[in-house]
Amino acid sequence: MPNASLFRRLPDPKRRTVAITFEDRTVQAREGDSVAAAMLAAGMVTARRTPVGGAHRGPYCMMGVCFDCLVEIDGTPNRQACMVEVREGMRVRPMTGAPGLGKAPAHD
Amino acid sequence: MGETEFAVIGGGLVGMAVAFGLQRAGRRVTVFDEGDVAFRASRGNFGLVWVQGKGVKMPDYARWSRLSAALWPEFAAELQEETGLDVELRQPGGFDICLTDEELATAQARLEDLRARLDGDYPFEVLGHDSLKKRLPAIGPKIAGAIHGPEDGHANPLYLLRALTSAFTRRGGRIVNGATVREIAALSSGFRIGAAPGWRAEKVVLCAGLGNARLAPMAGLAAPVKPNRGQVLICERTETFLSYPTAQIRQTGEGSVQIGDSKEYVGLDDGTTPQVMAAMAKRAIRIFPLLESLRVVRAWGALRVMSPDGHPIYAQSRTHPGATLVTCHSGVTLAAGHALRLAPWIAGGPPPVPYLETFGAERFAFSPAA
Amino acid sequence: MTENVPLIVIGAGPAGLCAAAEATSAGVQTLLLDEQSAPGGQIYRAMGHTGQQGRAILGADYTRGESLMQVLESGLLDYRPGAGVWQVTPEREVYFTIAGKARTLRAERLVLATGAMERPMPFPGWTLPGVMGAGAAQVLLKSSGLVPDGGVVLAGSGPLLFLVAGQILNAGGRIAALVETTPRGNLARALPYLPAMARKPSYLTKGLALLAQIRRAKVPHYRGAHGLTACGRDRVEALGFTLGVRAHELPCQVLLLHQGVTPNLQITRALGLAHDWQPLARSWRPRLDAWGCSEIEGIAVAGDGGGILGAQASAHQGRLAGLQAAFQLGKLSQAERDAKAGPIRRALAVERAARPFLDRLFRPAEEFLNPPDETLVCRCEEVTAGQIRGYVALGCLGPNQTKAFGRPGMGPCQGRLCGSTVSEIIARARGVDMQEVGAYRIRPPIKPVTLAEMAAMDET
Ligand SMILES: Cc1cc2nc3c(=O)[nH]c(=O)nc-3n(C[C@H](O)[C@H](O)[C@H](O)COP(=O)(O)OP(=O)(O)OC[C@H]3O[C@@H](n4cnc5c(N)ncnc54)[C@H](O)[C@@H]3O)c2cc1C
Ligand code: FES
Repeated sequence: MPNASLFRRLPDPKRRTVAITFEDRTVQAREGDSVAAAMLAAGMVTARRTPVGGAHRGPYCMMGVCFDCLVEIDGTPNRQACMVEVREGMRVRPMTGAPGLGKAPAHD
Repeated sequence: MGETEFAVIGGGLVGMAVAFGLQRAGRRVTVFDEGDVAFRASRGNFGLVWVQGKGVKMPDYARWSRLSAALWPEFAAELQEETGLDVELRQPGGFDICLTDEELATAQARLEDLRARLDGDYPFEVLGHDSLKKRLPAIGPKIAGAIHGPEDGHANPLYLLRALTSAFTRRGGRIVNGATVREIAALSSGFRIGAAPGWRAEKVVLCAGLGNARLAPMAGLAAPVKPNRGQVLICERTETFLSYPTAQIRQTGEGSVQIGDSKEYVGLDDGTTPQVMAAMAKRAIRIFPLLESLRVVRAWGALRVMSPDGHPIYAQSRTHPGATLVTCHSGVTLAAGHALRLAPWIAGGPPPVPYLETFGAERFAFSPAA
Repeated sequence: MTENVPLIVIGAGPAGLCAAAEATSAGVQTLLLDEQSAPGGQIYRAMGHTGQQGRAILGADYTRGESLMQVLESGLLDYRPGAGVWQVTPEREVYFTIAGKARTLRAERLVLATGAMERPMPFPGWTLPGVMGAGAAQVLLKSSGLVPDGGVVLAGSGPLLFLVAGQILNAGGRIAALVETTPRGNLARALPYLPAMARKPSYLTKGLALLAQIRRAKVPHYRGAHGLTACGRDRVEALGFTLGVRAHELPCQVLLLHQGVTPNLQITRALGLAHDWQPLARSWRPRLDAWGCSEIEGIAVAGDGGGILGAQASAHQGRLAGLQAAFQLGKLSQAERDAKAGPIRRALAVERAARPFLDRLFRPAEEFLNPPDETLVCRCEEVTAGQIRGYVALGCLGPNQTKAFGRPGMGPCQGRLCGSTVSEIIARARGVDMQEVGAYRIRPPIKPVTLAEMAAMDET
């Protein structure tokens, strides 16, 4: 499904590369990226399946208003991918329907 | 402006249940309701179809609540058949969770007293922490126990309101929206609804919630009801973790978790809003610690319609024949009773239960709150 | 006990930064909160770490933001990024969360500078992955240096659509097509207001330059498109539309939509402030006085959150709100305040003069305000335009009743994306105006917050 040619990166030598995993895939992001930007840069447009109708959704607004970019980050479900910055080793998974309970609370 | 046989004032859960029941009994009914923003307990409530604890001070109220709960399955099935809408009724039994041993003992004593006054016919079970944990594995370690009521359940109150509205209009009922009725006048026969020229109705049923307090005297009735604020927190959808309703927390058909409090005697409504919300969140985490990281997506404050003793008022005017008052706090629980039993009485039939008079407004005559 | 702060400003865009700058330079201790990780708001996003090349791409307006950042050096300013405000009470208590920790502070004066969001553009298929706001693409460009490259279609109306197209081209990106939905009659209706624009000629020259740039780049430009549909199974694969009577279909992998911006009103709504419908701008705005003060004592609104006027006007409004707060806190005399306010007001008037023309020229097409039945209007709860119309037929008069009937507005976005559309649909179905229909009643928390954070709010 990933399509690597959606976006191209402008060079920015000042920013380091940060490796995160999306499902089982390692993605090279850039320091300062939001998780959503890192996903889109890697050609992934889908962040989740909705709990209501199972539809595919991805980032729409990139500014925290639409809640269509919800993903699981380091075990915490329903986080807004466009509002969280990438960190080395971060593990990101798509949300499929409603989350379960008993995951670690968000502290970042 | 218009003519109708029955004017029902108020299109909340009480008004729509009565209106649907009247229309179903073959009457011609027009409902008058307010606009988009109004005090609507019907939209802010918690959705419990609840029996335990009701009528501790008035056993007839316990009988009436149990009757309505027992009527609910046929009521829900009828609504579904008429409208295709599933109001998500589930009556698997429910738990009233007690945080401390003291709370548990108090609740037990109240229900034992009620059971005695009902000649032993009142099922409930007292569960200590360990037996509760077997039924509700997610329960927190600092919870004393719970009372289990086998007849308790819940439904989706918003779908209920929509189903009632839809069933009522399908049967030919009319709704006049955006019409705050400020005036009711007795005519030589019947009533005028609203300022002149207004509507002409042969009979009028006051189901205006808090609005009844003002309107009732115009129709020779008394409705000493007062607002009582309750708050509900609504959390995002999550996997099913709770298959039973509790008086404090329930998981809805679509997976959202609602946190509220139907125990009036806890008196949570005193504080300012943020404090109440914090207290509710704290209690919820204490009851089910795994909710800690669940997100609250909405909060509601709604005004309960409270009579001085918290029980319903059903009354027909002596001075103004044809005027009836229907008001209660638990409009979801009593919806089935209102539609299937009370409405036929309002339509002119015999009282549905021998104790209906208990719910008259006379009981407040000497009460200082009246 | 809740700690007191003389001034809290919420939002670090042009309005918030300027409010903080005026207040701190008058000696007011100020707390500036913003949920983004860097200051600048939407327009000057990622200002801090955009290289030389980035500035060339984003243009001169973007560089203007640098001077705004100077306030961050002030010793009187306490700036907290990553602070999501989720409740504000009329008593001016501000509840916010930073890194999972909830806090509460009470402000003697409060300036809300929460800015704008893109107006949602609903049509069949707009929820497919790969369909995004044009502003979202701009965020990707500003914050991450990401340029859409090939397979990108831009569709809609409004200045930002062209601005984003220009920025993508500057960055060396390729645009497959620009599909303009501005209704054909708009220009004629706007022309009489063109003379007032002469006070702000840079808007016109900038607009014409962008059009020329798009033409030079040979981007296919379709005008007067209607009947938009995004097609695809799990993600967008094509945009369908009609020109005149001819149907077109353009394959695309990314579809960027825009039809103007609209104020972000969650806090002002949750406070219960009165809002007025602006029929031309097709948005609500809180009722404010000339200083931006609301009807609640001590609470002001500045910038696009009080009605869309653009970045420069937002900065002016921020300054006025900052001056007024400093005056009310006893740090400026009335004469000092008024002397400083004079030139700001004149500059603000120039900005305002452009709106009658712009609002008419870019009035969204009817089909995106009152979309066809099969369109998902509420993205969270998946409620269609047709269902909303059905609830109106059942007697619903306004959005709070339709919410109760079918859940639109009850999901995590709390009605931000469907609110105005639902009201517009109801208004049309009932044949009444928007002011009569009203808007969703917004209740705290205005952002999802965990129970643990909420439970902590009486302990700070
Ligand atoms: C997506 C988008 C792109 C745009 N691009 C351009 C452009 O390229 N050129 C142009 O001239 N104009 C552009 N505009 C318009 C321009 O951004 C505005 O005119 C200008 O930014 C308004 O300034 P402001 O300070 O009022 O709001 P903003 O710049 O939006 O700043 C508001 C700030 O408040 C913060 N905030 C909001 N709610 C909360 C909360 N609850 N808690 C904490 N913080 C909060 C936000 O994070 C934001 O940083 C764009 C608008 C949008 C929506
Ligand atoms: S993309 Fe809209 S909230 Fe993240």
